[in-house]
Amino acid sequence: MNIAYSTELICFLILSAVIISGSLAVVLLENIVYSAFLLGGVFMAVAGLYLLLNASFVAAAQILVYVGAVNVLILFAIMLVNKKEKLKPIEGLRTRKLISGGVCGGLLILLLRVSIITQWNLPGPSSIGEEATERIGEHLFTDYLLPFELASILLLMAMIGAIVLARRDVSIPRDDINNNNNKKSLSDKKIPLLSENSLK
Amino acid sequence: MNSGIDLEMSFTQGVQNLGLSHELAHLLWIPLPMLLVLVSAVIGVLVTVWLERKISAAAQQRIGPEYAGALGILQPMADGLKLLVKEDIIPARADSVLFTVGPILVLVPVILSWLIVPFGQNLLISNVGIGIFLWIALSSIQPIGLLMSGYSSNNKYSLLGGLRAAAQSISYEIPLALAVLAIVMMSNSLSTVDIVEQQNTAGFLSWNIWRQPVGFIIFWICALAECERLPFDLPEAEEELVAGYQTEYAGMKFALFYLAGYINLVLSALLVSVLYLGGWGFPISIDWFSSLIGLSIDNPLVQIMAGSIGIVMTILKAYLLVFLAILLRWTTPRVRIDQLLDLGWKFLLPISLVNLLVTASLKLAFPMTFGG
Repeated sequence: MNIAYSTELICFLILSAVIISGSLAVVLLENIVYSAFLLGGVFMAVAGLYLLLNASFVAAAQILVYVGAVNVLILFAIMLVNKKEKLKPIEGLRTRKLISGGVCGGLLILLLRVSIITQWNLPGPSSIGEEATERIGEHLFTDYLLPFELASILLLMAMIGAIVLARRDVSIPRDDINNNNNKKSLSDKKIPLLSENSLK
Repeated sequence: MNSGIDLEMSFTQGVQNLGLSHELAHLLWIPLPMLLVLVSAVIGVLVTVWLERKISAAAQQRIGPEYAGALGILQPMADGLKLLVKEDIIPARADSVLFTVGPILVLVPVILSWLIVPFGQNLLISNVGIGIFLWIALSSIQPIGLLMSGYSSNNKYSLLGGLRAAAQSISYEIPLALAVLAIVMMSNSLSTVDIVEQQNTAGFLSWNIWRQPVGFIIFWICALAECERLPFDLPEAEEELVAGYQTEYAGMKFALFYLAGYINLVLSALLVSVLYLGGWGFPISIDWFSSLIGLSIDNPLVQIMAGSIGIVMTILKAYLLVFLAILLRWTTPRVRIDQLLDLGWKFLLPISLVNLLVTASLKLAFPMTFGG
């Protein structure tokens, strides 16, 4: 066992431990803000796995898209609407938790079975390293052009949808707004600067 | 093409001659450039802080630091020492874990990005193929640290500052990346070494700034916004937010933010010089120079000279830009948050898209000058 191999193994073990424990914590923690930050950590660990596989472009893209965009947006959403309220106790929470736990366990067993039964051809295809960027670009603009374009149309649709949702202008005549403001700010209440008692 | 000085090769050769295996020699080599770059980054920050103090003083007709060393040159050290011995305060109802991790998450990506800054053909930590893309990806981690420290301080000013910082950094990352993309398109590579080499074919006439003037301005504005320098320092606007996400921080944790800000400034200036001003390139090409004094390009003396000229040139260009940034900070007023977002989304984004399109069409029309 040489140094390069053992470093790779150690890195792999650490990264997988981080991914597994991190994603479990994302699901199980009560505090939603912790979950969101841990999700960012899990994304970064996945990027680390890509790096171990010599796919540096994919790793950087993973960080840029998932950590830099998706996770930051999730955090924004949480922080802008973070109301601390007591949720009503849900009936039969224990059975619900048991059922969802059972479903997740079943899925895990299924995946484990698949990964054990499948005949992986080892060692896998050798990585092309730095050339990968060019290769990805080539594929995106030749045989994967249609899915690529479809994905961009999907994103465009989502963007337009978000704009339409955000810009629901309620049309109030401009004079109306000004009048209301004037009344509120100037006419109605007169608050004395000093209270009556202090003057005497 | 000459390969320049290859310190790694000579180091591993030397260690192997002492009777160690190749792998062990490589393992011994790895921490050395990292340590060197870390030290040089910190020294760069000290110099920048001193410059900031002196230039701001000059802009306001003061003298500035004077007593700590000649011309106050030790003042940044004194600042650093003061922060080091200050009490580390965590506010009573703050979230202490996130409060501690936040500044680290802000600093680490910035230092990691130094990985790709070349000071010469082989004078960089790692010539990774994805080069400049790595920097863009790493700088997108920073907003998470800012949000984290803003949230965990349990302070409305901090939270607002953190949200502003993240919004600003997300919106200016897009035009920044598009400006970089135009450069990448011209040099057919993401690697910073290739980008510099492609600019050093004909002295300073082949610098990217002549071919990408619009991209240069977009990049510089976005870099200033990413560093939260003054025309864009809304996250810590004193009059509105006390100090933004840094409000509750003291001692060494505050120093981490401070360091991250200045390291980021120096890094941005270095990257502008790499992307647009020919990096380590001397205005006159080294080949011509070496033929003038009658030595071959592979002569060790010429190589060492070329290497040191490269380092000096990179740092000189970067510090000219740092000077510009400092002057901007002390002479321009701050923009409002709506102006900032308008500038980013409604002006810089369309302009950078047009710049990209124009670059692509020019590349098709004149493959000779725009890198075919």
